[in-house]
Amino acid sequence: MAEAPARVVSMNLCADQYALLLAGPGQLVSVSHVSRDTVASPYAALAAEVPVNHGGAEEIWLLRPDLVLAHEWSDTRVLAILRRLGIDVLQIPVPEAIAEIPDTVRAYGDALGQSATAELLATAFEQRLADLEFRAAALPPGKTATLYGANGYSAGMTGMAGDILRHAGLLPAGGALFAGGSVPLETLVMEAPDMIITGARYAGWSRSEALLDHPVFDALPAARRLSGPAWACGTPRVLDAVEALLAVREAS
Amino acid sequence: MTLLTLTDLTVRRGDCPVVDGVSFTLGAGEFVGLIGPNGAGKTSLLRGALGLLPHEGHSSVAELPPGPRSRHVAFLPQAREIAWPMQVADLVRLGRHPHDARAKADADAVDRALRRMGLADYAPRLATQLSGGEQARVLIARALAQETPLILADEPVAGLDPAAQIAAARVFADLAGEGHAVLASLHDLGLAARHCTRLLLMDRGRLVADGPPSEVLTPQNLRDVFGITAHFQTGPEGPIFQPLDRVRPQ
Amino acid sequence: MSYRLELLLGAGVILALAGSLLIGPAGLLPAESFAALLSGEGPAGLVMREIRLPRAILGALVGAALGLSGAALQGYLRNPLAEPGLIGVTGAASLGAVIALQTGLAAAFTLGLPLAALAGALAAVLLILALAGPRGAALTLILAGIAISALAGAFTALVLNLSPNPYATYEMVFWMMGSLANRSFTHVWLAAPFVVVGGAVLLSLGRSLDALALGEDAAESMGVRLSRLRLALVLGVASSVGAATAVAGGIGFVGLVVPHLLRRAVGSRPSRLLGASALGGALLVLLADIAVRLILPEKDLKLGVLMAIIGAPLFLHLVYRTRRELG
Repeated sequence: MAEAPARVVSMNLCADQYALLLAGPGQLVSVSHVSRDTVASPYAALAAEVPVNHGGAEEIWLLRPDLVLAHEWSDTRVLAILRRLGIDVLQIPVPEAIAEIPDTVRAYGDALGQSATAELLATAFEQRLADLEFRAAALPPGKTATLYGANGYSAGMTGMAGDILRHAGLLPAGGALFAGGSVPLETLVMEAPDMIITGARYAGWSRSEALLDHPVFDALPAARRLSGPAWACGTPRVLDAVEALLAVREAS
Repeated sequence: MTLLTLTDLTVRRGDCPVVDGVSFTLGAGEFVGLIGPNGAGKTSLLRGALGLLPHEGHSSVAELPPGPRSRHVAFLPQAREIAWPMQVADLVRLGRHPHDARAKADADAVDRALRRMGLADYAPRLATQLSGGEQARVLIARALAQETPLILADEPVAGLDPAAQIAAARVFADLAGEGHAVLASLHDLGLAARHCTRLLLMDRGRLVADGPPSEVLTPQNLRDVFGITAHFQTGPEGPIFQPLDRVRPQ
Repeated sequence: MSYRLELLLGAGVILALAGSLLIGPAGLLPAESFAALLSGEGPAGLVMREIRLPRAILGALVGAALGLSGAALQGYLRNPLAEPGLIGVTGAASLGAVIALQTGLAAAFTLGLPLAALAGALAAVLLILALAGPRGAALTLILAGIAISALAGAFTALVLNLSPNPYATYEMVFWMMGSLANRSFTHVWLAAPFVVVGGAVLLSLGRSLDALALGEDAAESMGVRLSRLRLALVLGVASSVGAATAVAGGIGFVGLVVPHLLRRAVGSRPSRLLGASALGGALLVLLADIAVRLILPEKDLKLGVLMAIIGAPLFLHLVYRTRRELG
């Protein structure tokens, strides 16, 4: 295994999370500016001390990184420039299922030269996952749930969001909600899931989020829960999301 | 019966009085021609008398509240505005605005006004598609439909063909004969001389002569105010007035 | 006088309301829909009562407000190009609404939203009347409208960009194009009083607007109180357009298309055009809102897109017809 890179820059929210979790002291030079957003960033608290960047090629270059962490969908033009300048750019896929998380942790650990830390983290994650699966199995089956956020956006159930629900012993709602995308309010009402998980709200007002204030929600029998940063990016914190759902279900 | 009393009426544009201390009264049965050269203040006098312009002095009409005033006096502005392609009958019916809408009374008044102006056949036509002269007659009919004791008209016959001019002047004279009063600004002095019972001559905002045509259209007034000479004679066919030539300014 | 036109339009509005209630992604059968509307039970009852019914009512209200305001403005300015959207009233109302929403005024005070939109609309109408003059010459009217729309649009974009909310920035298109998607009875109750009161004020101006067809002097001599008429017009338009825009965004061209299509049918009488345009506006917006749901059912296609596709060519035609006046 190669020597640990001395200066690491992350330019994507999801890569930020793993870098913040695993980097050694002084190793992480900069993370994306979104990483401090407490609504979207699972480990925002860890990002408070790290300088932020906005993903521009020039800005990243000036940080003199040995390794740049990016998303699969990061701006390919920026990445091409950085690679031409001789910088290592790594795009580790965001996990699409809870079971993929330990290996993702290990992959980042290898990239950062922090394999031992990563192994500890991955093992702890697997242990906690097993505990939670045990708790979920004790709950009555058949309850349905869906995500429904700003603009009527449903994350879809094929990815991480559905996996979180399933690990909390919930059945993902069907139809358009299962497929994901912008789902009309009418469709949500007709689908009548037992639980609706909406996104946490940003400051200020938007019509997109105001949809979630529609009075029809008060009339729906479904329980409403807020999602939160734990749901984002497929980090070890997804288990916080699972545990929160389990706690609600166990209490009712 | 007095229908309009002006006392010392003054209308200013800026500091300059465009109507300057004009006083007269107008009684039932009069068809009065308001004459004077361009810029003499005829339009301002009419608008001031109606209260459409800020003024000093008194106008018995301007002092009435809008409702009673609109049932006392009808006004025919100089600008012949017809904003929308309305049917002639609908346009004339606008003259009924001041009256409490009673469909039958309104329809009768519109009918009378159209017939008086020889427009009975025009009722269903679109006013905006008529010629300028026809539109002028429609607008006179609109003022007639208001059925007020007093009519003020600002150049009602300008642009009409001779037959229509004479017809319109006869209508005004007939109305006066029926006990109404008409005050109309006119540029055709021949028409004024033949049909008006009385003329008011204005010059630079002042009323300089007031009386029957023969006393107003004197050679001196014509020379001083209009700068013209004219032939004026009352023969077996009534008064005949014909301007002849300009007088060179001294 | 025969009111066949108004009866036809009224019947059309009722049919369009029914159509609006029947169309939606939930795919309910007509009989089911109406049964659910009456019973209010189950998910279908919620869809009918909480989602489709307010949307349909709001469509009719907003359309009526815009059609009526267009007819009233045109009657007052004696210009067929006068339309709340084109002369900047809608844009300014949007700005007022956006300011109320982003500053938290709308959340702090129930009537904050419609009142702020009303204030925006009021400022625009006053500015237009001051700039275009009483006769509303086409050129000044349109130029003043462009300037006011541009300014209001720029400030709206600025306020949205300054918002801490990441979604807000992308909502310019709603404030420019309008939409009735996902509206609720909250919005109906916010807008209805202002639309109804403003509309009643405008409808009461019919006879005065008729008289104004002969010019200001003639109208005044027939007993029309011009200053009172102007005040009532300004407040009526600001109230209806402000409230409509606050809840449905900036839907353009309704006030242009509807009076234009109906003018001949009412003999060009401004008074009769008012009521007919209110009905026609309601019908047009309801139909357009049905169309956006049929064309792109899940995309929230903005109403203004459809209105502009219908309205802009008509606007060009009107400009062409008045080109001598404009030149």
